[in-house]
Amino acid sequence: MLKALNLENINKSYGAIKALRNINLTISDGEFFSLLGPSGSGKTTCLKVIAGFEAPDEGGVVIFDQEVTNIPPFKRQVNTVFQDYALFPHMNVRQNVGYSLKVQKLKGPSIEKSIDEILEVVNLTGYDLRKPSELSGGQRQRVALARALVNKPKILLLDEPLGALDLKLREKMQIELKNIQRQFKITFIYVTHDQQEALSMSDRIAVFNDGMIEQVDTPANIYSKPINSFVADFIGTTSIFDKASAMKLFNLDKAFSVRPENALIFDTEKDLVSIDKNEYFLANGTVLDCQFQGSHLKITFSIEANCKLSVYKSLEGNINQKYDVNSKHIIAWKKSDITSLNE
Amino acid sequence: MNNLLDSFSNFAFRNKNFIFLSFLIIPLLWLGVVYLGSLLIFLGHSFFHLDGFTGQIVYEFSFKTLLELFSSPANIDILIRTVVLAACVTIGSAIIGFPIAYYMAKFTSPKVKIFLFIAIMLPLWSSYLVRVYSWKLILAKEGIINWFFEKLHLEWLLDSILSTPVIGGPSLSISYIGMFLVFTYIWLPFMILPIQASLERVPNSLINASHDLGANKRQTFYKVILPLALPGVIAGSIFTFSLTLGDYIIPYIIGTSKFFIGQAVYTHQGTAGNIPLAAAFSLVPILVMIVYIYCAKRMGAFDAL
Repeated sequence: MLKALNLENINKSYGAIKALRNINLTISDGEFFSLLGPSGSGKTTCLKVIAGFEAPDEGGVVIFDQEVTNIPPFKRQVNTVFQDYALFPHMNVRQNVGYSLKVQKLKGPSIEKSIDEILEVVNLTGYDLRKPSELSGGQRQRVALARALVNKPKILLLDEPLGALDLKLREKMQIELKNIQRQFKITFIYVTHDQQEALSMSDRIAVFNDGMIEQVDTPANIYSKPINSFVADFIGTTSIFDKASAMKLFNLDKAFSVRPENALIFDTEKDLVSIDKNEYFLANGTVLDCQFQGSHLKITFSIEANCKLSVYKSLEGNINQKYDVNSKHIIAWKKSDITSLNE
Repeated sequence: MNNLLDSFSNFAFRNKNFIFLSFLIIPLLWLGVVYLGSLLIFLGHSFFHLDGFTGQIVYEFSFKTLLELFSSPANIDILIRTVVLAACVTIGSAIIGFPIAYYMAKFTSPKVKIFLFIAIMLPLWSSYLVRVYSWKLILAKEGIINWFFEKLHLEWLLDSILSTPVIGGPSLSISYIGMFLVFTYIWLPFMILPIQASLERVPNSLINASHDLGANKRQTFYKVILPLALPGVIAGSIFTFSLTLGDYIIPYIIGTSKFFIGQAVYTHQGTAGNIPLAAAFSLVPILVMIVYIYCAKRMGAFDAL
């Protein structure tokens, strides 16, 4: 498989703050790859290093087998969609989109044709003469995308491109981005702090924390086999039993996590007959909170002093189900459904 | 009583214009009546004329004075001389001021920036006359610049510069070159500060975006940074251009015997008592500025605002 990008042991500090620590990453050609992490975890710095806006203190950047660590951004075959879109306010849509072609001193009808084509791809035909200030947030986002794509980059970098859009628009753009990536067959490197977005769009995800990469894997594996408690906690909703609780309650020598959809709620001991007790872990819990979430209830139980457990209960059949706060229940989950964690 | 105050405060809260008006009435009267009013009355005098025999102002509407201004070659010389010098000073200030403003806006730490702000403003805190007179000494034949050229055995260079026709003169302190230097020094802060403010507002992500899209540093400067800083350059040039057009002290101290608009106005309204001609001279800088701003707008200098 052709390698689109190789980061070799990248380190980057801003004064005393270590923004990136020993980042090693290999991304294949045509992949939709997400850099996921909380704010300040180094994912945007990593993107800047790839684009060339920041030079790493140590380490190398290789794009399609070409060492580019000391090559300025305007000589890299990489384009960026910026978080704030960074559209040139004094240029109209057409001039913005055509900027990269114009600075290459390309001339003739092929430029105009490329611009028309890309504007059609992002559904902005007819907006050519508008200034960025005359566009909505979603339209600006499309201009930024068209501007980055018109030059047919080998890698497209996207820095939280949908962060400023409302939920509906964001979901629509997620699908469009994915379609565009399939259509253009180029590598997308996508920075986001939204784990839902990363899970739904990516081929692979790198989870960033505190300047380091915690785990690199497919969305399914990141979700079902988180490598440590940070990843387990950051991706989706999960309940973590630390080492002490695991030992005390279940006689396990390792911390573990349980996804809320994997746990079942029983009102009394008698109801447990429907399951094979040997295959399940059981715990007594007191309801702390019960939230209605449309398709299901999210119930948070207190198991013991420092141990909480969230459970999703499907509302199928009875939409008016409720769990009273402080009522006591038995929670059960399959032994095979837990994820052991290295803390 | 309380009730009345209460309903008054309710009324004031609901009628925002009332509040604005009550705060603005004094400044508006000042600007409208005292400032603009007296200016218009003065400029209106250019449509009156001086009676050649009695030396009295004839208060009748006519274009005699304006015709006199634009038909006399001596007057035309004064106008051209002033406008050309003002243009040169403006271009000079922009060329010197832009890099300083750019450095301040994009490359300094906050502490250095404050230091530079003070350094730029500091000369403005001392007397204008003192500064011009110190320049007179600096530029004089016995001054430091001459001394410096002598020590380097480069008097011939200075002499050959000074022997250039039109812009030269007996010494730097009595030449257009000297006037250009002093004007540029005096008005430079008025050029740097607006450019700095406009560059400060250009987000770094735009510069990154330009590089990202394949533009090198030169292209980025000409296609992104300069167009976005242009309103600041124009604002600065409005200051330097109009201040030079109207100044009469520097031409008086540094200049040659040839008049500039400011000196012409000063002489005509003073000793000669020819207020109409003085008013006509004053009209010219205003017209030049209107044309200048109109052209700047047509060329899209304010599009990025």
